Amino acid sequence: MTTASPVGRLSVRVLALGYLALLLLVPIGVVLYRTFEPGLGEVWDSITTPAAVSAFWLTIELAAIAVPLNTIFGIVAALVLVRSRVRGKWLLQAFIDLPFAISPVVIGLALFLLYGRQGWLGPTLTDAGIQIIFSVPGMVLATIFVCLPFVVREVAPVLREIGDEQEQAAATLGASRWQTFRRITLPAIRWGVAYGVVLSTARAIGEFGAVSVVSGKISGETVTLPLLVENRYSNFDLSGAYAASALLAVIALATLLAMTLLQRKGDPR
Amino acid sequence: MATSAATAPAPPARARAGRRAGTRGLTGLGVGVVTLWLSVIVLLPLAALTAKAFDGGVDEFWTAVSSRQAVSALKFTIGVSVIVAVVNAVAGVAIAWTLVRDDFRGRRLVNAVIDLPFALPTIVAGITLLALWGPRSPIGVNLAFTQVSVAMALLFVTLPFGVRAVQPVLIELDTEMEEAAASLGASGPRVFRSIVLPNLMPAILSGAALAFARAVGEFGSIVLISGNKPFDTQVSSVFIFKQIESDNPVGAAAVSVVLLLVSLLMLVALRVIESWGSRHDHR
Amino acid sequence: MRTKILLSALVAGALAVAGCGGASDDKSGGDASAASNGGGAKTSLSLVAYSTPEVVYDQIIPAFQKTPEGKGVSFKTSYGASGDQSRAVAAGQKADLVALSLAPDVDKLVDPGLVPKDWTAQTEAAGGQGGFVTTSLVSFVVRKGNPKGIKGWDDLLKPGVKVVTPNPFTSGAAKWNLMGAYQHGGIDYVKKLLTQHVPVQPKSGREALQTFTGGEGDVLISYEYEYTTAVKKGEKDIELVQPDDTFLIQNPIAVTSNAPQAAKDFLKFALGDTAQQYFADWGYRPVNAAVLAKNKSKFPDPPTVKTVDDFGGWKKINAELFDPEKGSVAKIENDAGVSTAK
Repeated sequence: MTTASPVGRLSVRVLALGYLALLLLVPIGVVLYRTFEPGLGEVWDSITTPAAVSAFWLTIELAAIAVPLNTIFGIVAALVLVRSRVRGKWLLQAFIDLPFAISPVVIGLALFLLYGRQGWLGPTLTDAGIQIIFSVPGMVLATIFVCLPFVVREVAPVLREIGDEQEQAAATLGASRWQTFRRITLPAIRWGVAYGVVLSTARAIGEFGAVSVVSGKISGETVTLPLLVENRYSNFDLSGAYAASALLAVIALATLLAMTLLQRKGDPR
Repeated sequence: MATSAATAPAPPARARAGRRAGTRGLTGLGVGVVTLWLSVIVLLPLAALTAKAFDGGVDEFWTAVSSRQAVSALKFTIGVSVIVAVVNAVAGVAIAWTLVRDDFRGRRLVNAVIDLPFALPTIVAGITLLALWGPRSPIGVNLAFTQVSVAMALLFVTLPFGVRAVQPVLIELDTEMEEAAASLGASGPRVFRSIVLPNLMPAILSGAALAFARAVGEFGSIVLISGNKPFDTQVSSVFIFKQIESDNPVGAAAVSVVLLLVSLLMLVALRVIESWGSRHDHR
Repeated sequence: MRTKILLSALVAGALAVAGCGGASDDKSGGDASAASNGGGAKTSLSLVAYSTPEVVYDQIIPAFQKTPEGKGVSFKTSYGASGDQSRAVAAGQKADLVALSLAPDVDKLVDPGLVPKDWTAQTEAAGGQGGFVTTSLVSFVVRKGNPKGIKGWDDLLKPGVKVVTPNPFTSGAAKWNLMGAYQHGGIDYVKKLLTQHVPVQPKSGREALQTFTGGEGDVLISYEYEYTTAVKKGEKDIELVQPDDTFLIQNPIAVTSNAPQAAKDFLKFALGDTAQQYFADWGYRPVNAAVLAKNKSKFPDPPTVKTVDDFGGWKKINAELFDPEKGSVAKIENDAGVSTAK
């Protein structure tokens, strides 16, 4: 399928894999090595403590809420950005990307200033008896914040690439907008959506900084896996920290596997 | 019932107008949803932040952001993030190409690990990088506590952006044009430059924008290996943290606002370049 | 079809691992869970503390729950960097007890009315004073065998000696370290130390130790209890050196306003013999005189130990030394940039 010469293909492969090996594979290898150095038994004990199990489920819960919501947002936003003729799209796009540029330190500060006891919404929430910050809702908001742009940014270029000729043709043939979307657009962007979901999930489960500030770190209640990693690190339990990280890596890999399998169903690639 | 799409006449004007009005309504709804979601999640907290930044008036804002440490941190942060974004954009294309167009043993495994820098908590990334590139490095290099070490950490955490932005587009890319060009005698690199690259450009810029944005805000994976030396390897997020810890939330908010503005400008610039380029597209 | 089977298997597997979870991070699987919710718990106490004493409170809390005052009291615990925890409580995190690394972090909660103004008097009822639950000393951590022969503060200024100490502006608790230096040779000593012998500025004490064990530097300025806890948890190749003159670290504990009686009981318990012995086991100097005497061999006294009071209290120290704009340490940091700025 490629038009490059064999030499060209090989040199790109060597360069790409070399870069990956140096930058990515070696560090990941080190993490894996250090994780399993104490032995499988220890690793298993490490990830089945009550604290680790709560952290695992809380992490999954946060991702399970944030990722689907951001996926819907992402597809809608990508459609607006690429297919519509709204003015000021560049500003919208920039604001969508902004969550990335915001350091976790800053997100924490901003959320304190909004939902904290002395923040804008703080007194109102306290009066109403609603606890947002230092409990799960605040963590959900922080998680949604940090993985907001992924699906948009993955889907938009694909939408742009495939063009809207097929969609227009479908409209000419009398298809309703929903039918067009479901039968033509969605299948065409599915790899974009898939990778968007994979990245969002990886980011959502791996996020430490922003979630840390608003979580309150209440053992067994608001401690996610990344927070547990940090907690174990602070308590000189490095192998426990690595074990919990390995669990996160497994979740990320499982997500990729799931998305890839779902894509493959419709297309032998 | 249409007999053939090619010979069917265009829908009557009334239907077309109706569709356009419907499209406008749907677009309106879409814009509404997007704006509402953005506002609640992103803009509202940022508004609270901006208000705090100006809590002491413009004077205090200016003092906080023009301090030498603040400026130095900002310059370093932006500079290193730009470099990292460019490197990972280029690397991203090469890696995505290898993953999509090439076939080799272990391709699926390599594809699987690309996202791991995201899933790994930043402290683990930090410890690992220190072990690999620090004083106890098995390879013998000691880059720790240098500006290069900050770049290495950032390259690690932003790698997935460059690759995954380009990958889905490459998968969807129609190879007909490339094959046609090749059959007309164009060499591999020529085909890539004139046909593939323009099509990938929006995706490449998209990945670069995300990589830049993430690099600018990165905190956890840098703090261990950079040494946080003021005027040398201290990034803006660490400086902001210092302000918070020193009970100076106004100063922290002020520098945060500036950092965000600069990032916003960068992202807007990228978007403008993107649309400039696509205007030459025949769509 | 295969996909559906695979996904169902994944979900089933995940559910199989599901449990009620809990707070205990004990690998032996024993339910020493400090936060276990016994049926019909009368009171729930929220303890917000800094990170290092987590191991100690994990032992103290179950012991408290065996006493008549502690029966039926369940706990919610939160551990993190002292400054972060203080800010969190100020921003609304529920806390009945705060146990932080240094007194200013508790003082910050007085203005918002979260902690009573006279919190330092709370420990008197239990025989303590000043609101402290443990103390420690600023000490040196060196590589095993002490290759550079570090014995006192002056040795840190020997040519070529590299010192690791966290940045006092990112870690409030790191101020203890610099006070140790300050009490030895004043601001001039601190300036020489920071500008010529400190190559990096780790964000926190824990990260400073990590940087040191990662191979950087010859000496780490740290706390006695940090060393003991690290060694107990498996850290090797390090040694403790106690200089003859140093600074006293004092860790506060306070019951917040509107906390239930159980919180006051817990504070009393924390200063009692059982709890203080647990602290001693992990390297913290007990404030309980009897327990301290019993463990004297573990805690030798250097000839000179200065305290915060010798320098006018934290308010004065923070204003003079650590104010981010006018403090002398801030000035040192900013001036150093002139020579190293690129």
